[in-house]
Amino acid sequence: MSDRLPGFSTLAVHAGAQPDPTTGARATPIYQTTSFVFNDADHAASLFGLQAFGNIYTRIGNPTNAVLEERVAALEGGTAALAVASGHAAQVVVLQQLLQPGDEFIAARKLYGGSINQFTHAFKSFGWNVVWADPDDIASFERAVTPRTKAIFIESIANPAGSITDIEAISSVARKAGVPLIVDNTLASPYLIRPIDHGADIVVHSLTKFLGGHGNSLGGIIVDAGTFDWSTGGKYPMLSEPRPEYHGIRLQETFGNFAFAIACRVLGLRDLGPALSPFNAFMILTGIETLPLRMQKHCDNARAVAEFLAGHPAVASVSYAGLPSDKYNQLARKYAPKGAGAVFTFSLKGGYDAGVNLVSKLQLFSHLANVGDTRSLVIHPASTTHSQLDDAAKVKSGAGPDVVRLSIGIEDKEDLIADLEQALGA
Amino acid sequence: MNHDAYPDNYIRGILNSVKSIAMVGASPVNVRPSYFAFKYLAQRGYDMIPINPGHVGKELLGKPFVASLRDIGRPVDMIDIFRNSSHIMPVVEEALTLDPLPKVIWMQLGARDDAAAEKAEAAGIKVVMNRCPKIEYGRLSSEISWMGVNSRTLSSKRAPAPTQGMRLSLNRMSVGGGDTAASDRAAKNKSEQS
Ligand SMILES: Cc1ncc(COP(=O)(O)O)c(C=O)c1O
Repeated sequence: MSDRLPGFSTLAVHAGAQPDPTTGARATPIYQTTSFVFNDADHAASLFGLQAFGNIYTRIGNPTNAVLEERVAALEGGTAALAVASGHAAQVVVLQQLLQPGDEFIAARKLYGGSINQFTHAFKSFGWNVVWADPDDIASFERAVTPRTKAIFIESIANPAGSITDIEAISSVARKAGVPLIVDNTLASPYLIRPIDHGADIVVHSLTKFLGGHGNSLGGIIVDAGTFDWSTGGKYPMLSEPRPEYHGIRLQETFGNFAFAIACRVLGLRDLGPALSPFNAFMILTGIETLPLRMQKHCDNARAVAEFLAGHPAVASVSYAGLPSDKYNQLARKYAPKGAGAVFTFSLKGGYDAGVNLVSKLQLFSHLANVGDTRSLVIHPASTTHSQLDDAAKVKSGAGPDVVRLSIGIEDKEDLIADLEQALGA
Repeated sequence: MNHDAYPDNYIRGILNSVKSIAMVGASPVNVRPSYFAFKYLAQRGYDMIPINPGHVGKELLGKPFVASLRDIGRPVDMIDIFRNSSHIMPVVEEALTLDPLPKVIWMQLGARDDAAAEKAEAAGIKVVMNRCPKIEYGRLSSEISWMGVNSRTLSSKRAPAPTQGMRLSLNRMSVGGGDTAASDRAAKNKSEQS
């Protein structure tokens, strides 16, 4: 019973899982059930009152999902996690704990296009006001802070261009402002970057991407770093004030350094309802077991493809932080020394039409709206994921009309390069 | 003892060996953390003694409230202090007058008094600060994993099946699991400020 800390690959296989006590099953069982019996009335009351640990109803928690939660918490170095139905659900649930109507949060302008939409339109209708800042200009975050600011939201590696965010610099802005830093770590995965080690207070993921890794299951997760003190100044009443939903419990006082994850579960997931299917949790858990192997291959392939494209006469520019000439290479060396991820963009000299032409000629790359699959993927963001943005916002978020986004899979890199070569050539 | 991060074996050893626990500041209000912890530990077989001078004459889950540590009138293995940091020292000083001495003094989540800890340790008493025994029990039994909490333990052994919804063994063979170093650091910074 040593206290030796296991390595990342060991955690990826083991954390959260144990042989089933009843049957001895070694793989995590899929607990495909809506509900769980109580021992007696007192047990039921204790569970509903948050006095005992245990299962009630799968919208609040499920044993298969719990293994996934503990595993991702361990990989990120967090105190606890909550799995939800999608990456977008994770973002809603997180902000619901932090913002009251009329409050603000600061978000990096370089984000997944779907997140830009969610923040601009859906969240505005809840009275949660996003204020945009430029991740390449840290002072723009400082300038955006007001007394109503409740959080800062960034991506570690930003979709679509794979740019690297200076997490530590933005974390000190958050600390000074007395607000938590939320990092969407979807494109890096904890194998490449552990944002909590750099000052993040909350990490969110779309599990749909590299963590699940096989393009077969939607999922999202929220990781509590356990670092933020929610009790100061009544700024975060969901955590610091007596909750009428639970007869006056104060969550921070009761749950200490995992109170945020509990709030997301018992106030967010319970009431908003975006529960993850246990079957999806099982698929994603299986994916995570090979995360270190896959992620390294994704990165090594991506670098080879980026180098090939950078040397091709039809290509105007490549935005991949792993290339020594890239604007983000210094940050990549600091934050993601094992590799700069596998999602990046490039632009074609032939502009919009050349992009459309390339996509139609590719044989191995699949044209679809996802990233982080074993398969290599291609998309033209300006006409798809980022199509709802106006032209200026498209360019600002790295999705101009001439830009093509790739998500490099784990096939043989020679085959990926040959496919791009034939599609670019003719 | 380094009070910023305790080895699992230290906590496991305490929770496996103590039988009676006097809880200073136990509350009869059923949404207070002390009530949660009192009930949870009582259900797991600990002999719980509620200490609160404001409630003498009443009972907490069938156990009569006692006014102070000196009034318990029998030896007690562990004292669990549910008071904030500024009220710790007088309780520890009172505990040091008991004969026999308690084996363990435990200060609740958020409570830390290094000077009081030093005094207790000089008398041979084990000290835990800024932790909750309910959470630590749940973590080492892995019950807390049902809530998606990082138990920081790993095991390939089959654990005993839960009894009445409780995982009662803290002796899961386990290696340390994922660290939560950032959280430990934050807790330390906070207690230095307060
Ligand atoms: C960086 C990033 N965050 C969040 C999301 C949203 O995740 P989901 O599709 O699982 O809701 C995506 C999806 O593309 C993403 O790439």
